[in-house]
Amino acid sequence: MFKTKNFMKIALVSVMAASFLAGCGGDKDSKGNSKDVFAQIKEDKKIVFGVKHDTRLFGLKNPSTGDVEGFDIDLSKALTEEMFGDDVKPEYIEVTSKTRVGLLNNGKVDAVVATMTINEERKKEVDFTDVYFDAGQSLLVKKGSKVKGIEDLKKGTKVLAVKGSTSAINIREKAPETTVLEFENYAEAFTALKSGKGDALTTDDSILYGMAEEDPSYELVGGTFTEEPYGIAVKKGNKELVDELNKALKSLKESGKYDEIKDKWIKN
Amino acid sequence: MLDFSILTNYTDLFLEGLKITIIVSLIALICSFILGTLIAIMRIAPFKLLNWVGTAYVEFIRNIPVLVIVFFTFLVGNFGGMIAGTIGLTIYTAAFIAEAIRAGILSVPKGQMEAARSTGLTYGQAMRMVILPQAIKIVIPPLGNQFINLVKNSSLLAVVAGGDLMYQGDLISAMTYATFDTYIFVGLFYLIITIPLSLGVNFLEKRMARSN
Repeated sequence: MFKTKNFMKIALVSVMAASFLAGCGGDKDSKGNSKDVFAQIKEDKKIVFGVKHDTRLFGLKNPSTGDVEGFDIDLSKALTEEMFGDDVKPEYIEVTSKTRVGLLNNGKVDAVVATMTINEERKKEVDFTDVYFDAGQSLLVKKGSKVKGIEDLKKGTKVLAVKGSTSAINIREKAPETTVLEFENYAEAFTALKSGKGDALTTDDSILYGMAEEDPSYELVGGTFTEEPYGIAVKKGNKELVDELNKALKSLKESGKYDEIKDKWIKN
Repeated sequence: MLDFSILTNYTDLFLEGLKITIIVSLIALICSFILGTLIAIMRIAPFKLLNWVGTAYVEFIRNIPVLVIVFFTFLVGNFGGMIAGTIGLTIYTAAFIAEAIRAGILSVPKGQMEAARSTGLTYGQAMRMVILPQAIKIVIPPLGNQFINLVKNSSLLAVVAGGDLMYQGDLISAMTYATFDTYIFVGLFYLIITIPLSLGVNFLEKRMARSN
């Protein structure tokens, strides 16, 4: 008798906790939907970009200065200048593949410039600008590895990837026999590759070049096997901000400023 | 409201994760209980060197984050995420179990050991046949806590691609973008393991109390 009562009590509390949490989720979604992001940026005189902090060449926190540096940061700085002149200051918040959509939707971030591939699934969740960088998925292996390309990823091989990235989904389609192990971020995935936990690491070539630059005993093999067009993501329904970003992107490309930034970071 | 299609669309992944979490927790539970008991005995044995080794183990291990230990076993050892995670959890939990058991042994009145020794039992026999059976009743509640913590700590396997519930949850939330709903389900799956464990500990506690 006592035991059943006890169990019922615990079960009841669990259900109450779950429904309470579910309720909180609902609130979050409805909050901030009313205000247009572009108008808010002009009012606050600041635009908050979500950028990576762990991705060489695109967005990497420099431990000695504390600044985040990379192609994504320089590009968003130039875009802000192009759109607003000196009126609006760019600010940066760290995002990861897992957090970037959530941070856009709850209004903590105005635009995500974080090596984010445009695809149909994601278009349902966020709005994308035009392509700002053309990447493609490739493989990074230790020099002299037996893996020379995606066709070598047979049964028994292990490929390392990052959670929440399109590359993890792609590799399962293109090499269905291989085992895919997913890690929290690129640094952990690369460390796992270095300590022999997998035969290859897969993600966009742009990011792999950064790793190969850091440790020259690793190299890219097999070329690219997907197209990964990077776009800037904003919260769904903010057409004005998307249009303004596209306009700014276009004029940066025409003025040569875009190539200048690109050449500074991507040497290949 | 919760989106139950996540649960139905990804049943296989959730069940696979649940299976691995249960296996890892069970193995780590048994191993950390054995290792923890050994360390507890080392700490109170009448040999200075053993005392020192036991104390060093407990103080070193329980004062570093379990995440660091799991990363260490993963990157240093030559195992996959699941085994490295199990070893890391065992090492970490054993330190806490050792403390719980040591406290239990010390709470058995000194006279019990003296009386047992005076009947001709060796130290080891007295420990095994007189002290430990009494101590175990005292340590059941704190041990239960440690085992429940162990199950929840096993979510750290997710960072070394261990394939557990949390790892599958990470993958599902990445595929569906339904982060909130996915982790609510992950939490409920953990409850499936921890609530029976809780009730089991309560039950054992009452039974042991009755046998007094």
